[in-house]
Amino acid sequence: MNADGVDLKKRRTLTLATSAVGAVGTGFAIYPFLAAWAPSEKAKAAGAPVEADISKLEPGQLMRVKWRGKPVWIVHRTDQNLQDLSSLESILLDPNSDDTGQQPDYCKNPERAIKGKYLVAIGICTHLGCSPTYRPDMAPEDLGPEWKGGFFCPCHGSKFDLSGRVYAGVPAPKNLEIPPYQYLSDSRILIGTDGGAA
Amino acid sequence: MSMMKNFMGWIDDRYPMTKVWNEHLAQYYAPKNFNFWYFMGSLALLVLVIQIVTGVWLAMSYKPDAELAFGSVEYIMRDVEWGWLIRYLHSTGASAFFVVIYLHMFRGLMYGSYRKPRELLWIIGVIIYLAMMATAFFGYLLPWGQMSYWGAQVIVNLFSAVPVIGPDLGVWVRGDYVISDATLNRFFALHFLLPFILAALVFIHIVALHKVGSNNPDGIEIKKGPKGNRWSDTAPADGIPFHPYYTVKDIAGVAGFLFLFAAVVFFAPEMGGYFIEHPNFEPANPLKTPEHIAPVWYFTPFYAILRAVPSIAGSAFPGVVAMFASILIMFFLPWLDRSPVKSIKYKGMLYKVILWLFVLDFIMLGYLGVKPTTDLYKLTAQIGTIYYFAFFLLMPIYSKIDKTKPVPERVTE
Repeated sequence: MNADGVDLKKRRTLTLATSAVGAVGTGFAIYPFLAAWAPSEKAKAAGAPVEADISKLEPGQLMRVKWRGKPVWIVHRTDQNLQDLSSLESILLDPNSDDTGQQPDYCKNPERAIKGKYLVAIGICTHLGCSPTYRPDMAPEDLGPEWKGGFFCPCHGSKFDLSGRVYAGVPAPKNLEIPPYQYLSDSRILIGTDGGAA
Repeated sequence: MSMMKNFMGWIDDRYPMTKVWNEHLAQYYAPKNFNFWYFMGSLALLVLVIQIVTGVWLAMSYKPDAELAFGSVEYIMRDVEWGWLIRYLHSTGASAFFVVIYLHMFRGLMYGSYRKPRELLWIIGVIIYLAMMATAFFGYLLPWGQMSYWGAQVIVNLFSAVPVIGPDLGVWVRGDYVISDATLNRFFALHFLLPFILAALVFIHIVALHKVGSNNPDGIEIKKGPKGNRWSDTAPADGIPFHPYYTVKDIAGVAGFLFLFAAVVFFAPEMGGYFIEHPNFEPANPLKTPEHIAPVWYFTPFYAILRAVPSIAGSAFPGVVAMFASILIMFFLPWLDRSPVKSIKYKGMLYKVILWLFVLDFIMLGYLGVKPTTDLYKLTAQIGTIYYFAFFLLMPIYSKIDKTKPVPERVTE
């Protein structure tokens, strides 16, 4: 106690305690505002599987379906395309699909598919999320004489082969993602679920 | 007259009206040797006002909804009375803002306006620049065109490249797993909010400026010089009252600026695809990226830096770090410059050459940022990136060994 009857020590303790309680309260008050930015229940529920009819997909053609707001490509590869796959392995980053996060186990093969003819892949570049362009043309001028068809990302120049395997030395660090999927019949694919096959 | 005097007296007893007027305008003594470059501050303020007014008016007709946004912009352009003008003023204003701010920042670089005692003034300025970039980025998504969509996709994915927390951070920013209606809606809210924060920051910037006083093309502290001018015995001899001298000068600057601004608004609002990019005339399509995407021109120097840095160990993070570092390094500028003089006028040839090469480097990076990547462009961008960082990091050395000229006592005419 000093001469004025003010207990400075007690006053300091009270000031600290008040500030601490205020800071904790502010923290609690901020939380709902930060949490409100997370995906809503509606957005979380929008991930239902989608069905695709591939009966009209001709060899060499690509079709896009939307799953969870993302483009999913289905490509009908030609026999030549499938033969070319092995010749590219030396210039790919992960030719054997060893990164298990990028495809279900049943697609860990050179075609990265359940049925070799049909590639099903999420059409989002693993670099910064652009959707690469389908370039089935052989040895075009801009992609060089070694090009045997594949996907070229217009944003930063990443290249993928027709199995969605990334070339070495491009910005994209991983192969394109293969979603879980299953064949409902020869001409119908269900994308988004594999019935527990993985 | 006495009635007016009584009225002002009544106000002044309750609010420091006359005091503020005098301290910041009528008796705020700015160096008498301001030149062309000193228009930019007041022009930036003008553009901010243009952006806020036109932006609020656009918000009266715009719909922040993924289904309706693109159509509502077309509605503004075609059906709203004078809507096309308000929208072109806003889109041209965005680019004009960056033109003016880049010139304003270059003025600071030339005359050493970031040097002691103006370090904090400069830092507040860099924060304003960051807030401007955020505002522009949020705004660019709103027309919901192809470039809006995919530009936002790439920039938000920059956050996803942060190790460990990245993917969750990206989802948190978007409010969804992809850029969607939720993202558009919140970006609209943020785009509306940020300009008011920007205005508050500008206020703080001016408070800081008036505390330390304006620099000038000679880099001489007029407050340290002799005292006494026509208006006051205690004011700096080389100072003149901001009002009416510089308010009137700035009106001339405004007239010149509006002449050019109106020419763009009326004759080239798209500026050949640089102010409003061609793919943005197509509604956002989440399934297809346009053939060639690039950010708006005012972001491209930093975008070129992002692309110049190769991925390390399968992560795009190093490029993201380099891009943010290229902006954040500006905060340290006041302590990197070790030259005994402030202004370029009294700096040596070494510094002048390095500064002008930096300007060319910045323009070159901006050019490379809009071009597709080829091996030659990538190498050029890498050299440009190294020069960009060397300009800052080697400044303590070259600014010290540079042969400077003696600085006069008083400002020159």
